[in-house]
Amino acid sequence: MIAFVVRRLLQSIFVMLAVGFIAFSLFNYVGDPINNMVGQDTTLEQRQELRERLGLDDPFVVQYGRFLVKAVQGDFGISYRHRRPVSQLIAERMPATLELSLVAAFLALFIGVPMGVYTGLHRRGFLSQVFLTISLIGVSLPTFLIGILLILIFGVMSQDINAALGLSLLPQLPTFGRGEVTQVGWWSTGFLTQSGILALILPSITLALFQMTLIMRLVRSEMLEVLRTDYIKFARARGLTNRAVNFGHALKNTLVPVITITGLQLGSIIAFALITEQVFQWPGMGLLFIQAINEVDIPVMASYLMMIGFFFVVINLIVDLLYYVVDPRLRADRAVAAGHQ
Amino acid sequence: MAVNPERPLAAGPGLGERIVDVTKRFFDSDIWYSFTRSPVIIVSAVITLIFVGASAFAPLVAPNNPFDLATIDLLDSFIPPIWQDGGDARFLLGTDDQGRGILSTIIYGSRISLGVGFASVLFAMVLGISLGLISGYFGGTIDAIIMRAADVQLTFPAILIALLIDGLARAVLPRDFHSEVWFYVLVLAIGLSFWVQYARTVRGSAMVERNKEYVQAARVIGIPPILIMLRHVLPNVMGPVLVIATINLAIAVITEATLSFLGVGVPLTSPSLGTLIRVGNDFLFSGEWWITIFPGVALAVLVLAVNLLGDWLRDALNPKLR
Repeated sequence: MIAFVVRRLLQSIFVMLAVGFIAFSLFNYVGDPINNMVGQDTTLEQRQELRERLGLDDPFVVQYGRFLVKAVQGDFGISYRHRRPVSQLIAERMPATLELSLVAAFLALFIGVPMGVYTGLHRRGFLSQVFLTISLIGVSLPTFLIGILLILIFGVMSQDINAALGLSLLPQLPTFGRGEVTQVGWWSTGFLTQSGILALILPSITLALFQMTLIMRLVRSEMLEVLRTDYIKFARARGLTNRAVNFGHALKNTLVPVITITGLQLGSIIAFALITEQVFQWPGMGLLFIQAINEVDIPVMASYLMMIGFFFVVINLIVDLLYYVVDPRLRADRAVAAGHQ
Repeated sequence: MAVNPERPLAAGPGLGERIVDVTKRFFDSDIWYSFTRSPVIIVSAVITLIFVGASAFAPLVAPNNPFDLATIDLLDSFIPPIWQDGGDARFLLGTDDQGRGILSTIIYGSRISLGVGFASVLFAMVLGISLGLISGYFGGTIDAIIMRAADVQLTFPAILIALLIDGLARAVLPRDFHSEVWFYVLVLAIGLSFWVQYARTVRGSAMVERNKEYVQAARVIGIPPILIMLRHVLPNVMGPVLVIATINLAIAVITEATLSFLGVGVPLTSPSLGTLIRVGNDFLFSGEWWITIFPGVALAVLVLAVNLLGDWLRDALNPKLR
């Protein structure tokens, strides 16, 4: 166990060093940092002096080390475009992205799992076919297209559709920004105002749809697999009720992979949020990153990369460790594998 | 079969028969049988073929050329589709803000989308197969390095990697130069984010094949490793690789569209489906929905058809499921 944790930790550190290296190379070798800081009329001597003061003439390893130390302290330099510390910019934008991602993850989980269980239990049912068709569409429609369609239906055409049908079926929903936000310490939240919650609806559905279909398909195939096993047959033979068999025995055993995948997907939800943020002009980290790419704002690009890398590594680490704790079979497998080597 | 003596076949008399033979074998195969049994798959194949054909012959198929400045007229801008009031028979699906016919821009746009898609899948395939073969055949340190790199890459979603590579290229290359080589930049960005799957699949099979007797025999008689890999190991893994490639084509098209939608993919001067959706998105609120919805529908239909084909191919090539 300890060996596994240590190896896993070392691996994570290695990944972070690699990501940090890419970010550092971006910083130092794309364009001339001095040129980005000074004006036209700075003399060569002044440039050289600034270069020495910033330590840009130091050996590579020293600079990389200094970069890492600063990054660990949360210092990512100053944005070329916004003229403000990047850490400040990111801290401002992070609550928006995290709130959106968490709501989307909850939606995906609490709609996806029941749909998966249902389609697993009633394989040939009409509703199952409907769910499966929806999931195929969810996989084939790119995220941004789903967002645009939702905007068209709930933002642009809802009044027309209501008028045409003669009833108020579709609500008009906000399609732009976060609505009113409340400051709680340094965290700005949209959960406390009505407009903030309304503004969350369309973006979170957009972001959740793909993950939802993924979770649904996963739960379905796991359920089908488990329902075929001998212990389920035995449970039925013992005369247990359908409910006890389906939920007590079958569903419980499918949940381990579901938890793992959902955990891992949380990382991609945060990454995919940048598409949703672009569609809905949601003021999060992703939007900041897209603007940074378009304007070649290197410090912002580099630190977004580090942030996302950090999120991914931490999430992967937690999921791996949890998996190890939750599923005793995995431990046995590893022991066997270790014995064979 | 009688061969006309005045026009002998170039590659000897066997060729014609061989083609007939291969064709016959194809129509006798299980794959063809399962193909004809499923109407959904036939429709998907037809749709895919229509897209590929239309984009290959875009100048012949498109009703008007959206990039010929002489034929587009600003007075034609914002014409709705033909079945709405104010529609124009010249523009079946309406026009955009610059007076270009939507149908034509979709056809030319699919050409770019599919072009980038095919090229990046091919690139990912060649890279992945090579690295997978090397990794599986030689093992040891090379294998460890390649597979660790694959592990690191798999922790990040493909779209993020593609975005990063594209952003890097933008930062490094001068603007003028970038607008010339955007195609290669995109293919590189998308291809590099997809090679891992191929490498893993090929590596697994290569490791199995490496120890078989025929490979050892080939090694004994002095055939160089690269020939052994290409001639003996590679054919054994082509089935799964083709399945991955089909599904990857759908993902590559989506990735390109997403990058273009985010404004970092293809330049505005040669719009792909994603660019068209991005441009049309600005007009959504002023009521010109057709500018963005029709390219969107085209993209969704194309991706759905290719996805269905990939799913079917995976099941058809898997003997366990028959």
